[in-house]
Amino acid sequence: MAELDTSGGGKNKGGKVRSKKQSTRVDLTAMVDLAFLLITFFMLTTTLAKPQAMDLAMPDKEKIDQQELTVADNRTMTILLGANNRLEWYMGLVDKPLTPPQVDNFGRNGIRKALIENSKNVIATTGDPSKGLIVLIKPSDQSNYRNFVDILDEMKVSNIDRYAIVEISEPDIALLKRDGLYK
Amino acid sequence: MPRIKVARKSTAIDMTAMCDVAFLLLTFFILTATARQPEPLPVDTPASTVKFKLPDVDIATLTIGQEKVFFGVPGQPIRARTLELMGEKYQISFTAEEKLRFSLMESFGVPIGNLKQIIMMKGDERNAAGLQPGIPTDSIGERPSELHNWILSARYATKELNNVDMRVSIKGDSREEYPSIKKILEILQDQNINKFSLITSLRADEN
Repeated sequence: MAELDTSGGGKNKGGKVRSKKQSTRVDLTAMVDLAFLLITFFMLTTTLAKPQAMDLAMPDKEKIDQQELTVADNRTMTILLGANNRLEWYMGLVDKPLTPPQVDNFGRNGIRKALIENSKNVIATTGDPSKGLIVLIKPSDQSNYRNFVDILDEMKVSNIDRYAIVEISEPDIALLKRDGLYK
Repeated sequence: MPRIKVARKSTAIDMTAMCDVAFLLLTFFILTATARQPEPLPVDTPASTVKFKLPDVDIATLTIGQEKVFFGVPGQPIRARTLELMGEKYQISFTAEEKLRFSLMESFGVPIGNLKQIIMMKGDERNAAGLQPGIPTDSIGERPSELHNWILSARYATKELNNVDMRVSIKGDSREEYPSIKKILEILQDQNINKFSLITSLRADEN
């Protein structure tokens, strides 16, 4: 027990003045509270401080012109990353897009809706779940790293497993300029 | 009828044992917690929803921020060997002390000509903001860039000592412009490294 036996051994029957004995028992509640709080803190921080890693695979550079796959343009969606954390997307090719290019935002209410909808539409038209949407991501020079990670994250969130990071082309830049996403 | 008296017990519990255990655990966690090394180039990593933890070993980290690139590779023997290989490439000989000091450096970002200076500095001086200018990423004529050689040497060293392929992770600042990221990706792809890990922090809000 956390108390010390402080009652003296001898008899004190004489008329001596005795100071009142106080219990030496300490209330440990507050200390235990604090200790557990710190334990919880250290437990959580040791496991959560580890950074997350997002794997990214790029195609091999040298074998790029080995075979050019032709893909139906109604399956491709191009996402252009522009300035000011904005993006623009269209289906099909840049010179004859199947949908008019649309300026959109990142995040749940922006590009994710378009991605999920397009993904559904493409599977509905091809009638084959293995022939889903193919997304071409074209980051412009004025987009930043966060945009790049965000769009890769959107691919994961919307379960699009076919996407590629492609160099942006002149007509795409012209398109971004037209809509004020490129200075 | 006599009433049955329930003996009143004190509500105070003896907390000594609990206190002991709590402090034992606390000590354990404090000691096992790895102190975060100060970084010479602080970056604000973008958030993502992936929940894959970054491995600790055999993964080099390229830190990109403020258009500078810093390079770091874990493991002291690997660092020392990397420095040796780099010394051979650039005809710079490093003493045993310099190798030891270098192997304790978490990451660095100086051209190889200034490396000796940085090695001899004290830890806190070395990590002063804006002191290290970043590793040169431009190739000079036919010669590949210094960063290219650093990555290559680290890969050789990892393969030699641990017999595994080194992986590369990229820790970019979220405000970093895409062209500087693209440049690093190109350096990596020139060495046929086509798979990288992008370091992100956990996204707190779901959007």
